[in-house]
Amino acid sequence: MVHQVLFIVFGLICVAGAVNLLVQRHPINSALSLVVVMASLALIYLLLGAEFVAAIQVIVYAGAIMVLFVFVIMLLNAGSEERTRGSRIALFVGVPGVAALAGIVAWLLVHSGGQLGGVTISSSNFGETHNVARLLFRDFLLPFEVTSVLILIAIMGAVVLGRREN
Amino acid sequence: MVPLSWYLVLSAILFSLGVFGFLLKRNIITIFMSIELMLNAVNLSFVAFANFWHSHPAKLASGVDVVPLSGHVFVFFVMVVAAAEAAVGLAIIIAVFRTRETLNVDQVNLLKL
Repeated sequence: MVHQVLFIVFGLICVAGAVNLLVQRHPINSALSLVVVMASLALIYLLLGAEFVAAIQVIVYAGAIMVLFVFVIMLLNAGSEERTRGSRIALFVGVPGVAALAGIVAWLLVHSGGQLGGVTISSSNFGETHNVARLLFRDFLLPFEVTSVLILIAIMGAVVLGRREN
Repeated sequence: MVPLSWYLVLSAILFSLGVFGFLLKRNIITIFMSIELMLNAVNLSFVAFANFWHSHPAKLASGVDVVPLSGHVFVFFVMVVAAAEAAVGLAIIIAVFRTRETLNVDQVNLLKL
C-alpha cells in the first residue's frame, strides 16, 4: 500500500516535470524541470531497491550532467525559443502521435500485466553498492575498462571541439 | 506490491514525452535534454526488470541465465555513455553557437562550419 502511494506520488511528479520541460519556452526552466524528473526518478529507484543506482542518479545525472547543461545555457545566454513552421507541424502531428504511442504501449502493458506480476520493495539489500561492485568488477570488468577509454575519447573530443580556432 | 506494468507504463510515458520534445523543440539545448529524458526512461525499465527478476526468479524460462543485478550494471553503463555524450554534445553546441550565433535548429542546416 505504501509502495503504491509512493510510486503514484513520485510518478506523477516525474510526468509533471517532463510535461513542464516541454511546455516551458526558456531552456533554463526546462533544465530545472529535468532536475525534478531525475530527482523523483532517483526516489523511484530507491523504491525498487536500487540504492547504488539512486545515488549515482543524483550525483551524476542531477548533479554533474545538469550542471553542465545549466552552465552551457548561462554561457551562451540562451533566450526563449521562438515558434517556427516546423515546430507548429510537430505540434499538430506530434501530440496525437505521441498520445497514440504512449496509449498503445500503456494499454498493451496493462493488458498483459497479469502475466507479468509485481515488484516489491526488497527487504534484502539487493542493489547495494557491495553487490553491484562485485558484478561490475568481475563479470563486467572488460566493459568497465572499455568505458574508461570512452570517457578519455569524450574528454579529448570536448576539448578539441571547444577550442577556439585561430 | 506494485505491478511491474506500472513501472513500464511510467517508462513508456517518459520515453514518449522525450520523443515528443525531440520533435517539437527548436532549441538545440532543449532537444538534447529530451534525449536525456529518453535515456532516463529506459534506465527506469532496466531497474524495474532487475527488481522483477530478483523477486520472481521462477518466471525465467528454463535455460535462461540472468543475473538480476546486471540491470543495475547496465544502468551504470548508460549513465557513463550519457555523461560522455553530454560532454561532447555540449561542446558541439558551443562550436555551433560560435559560428552561427543561434541555437535554433531550423537555422542550423549545413554540416560545414
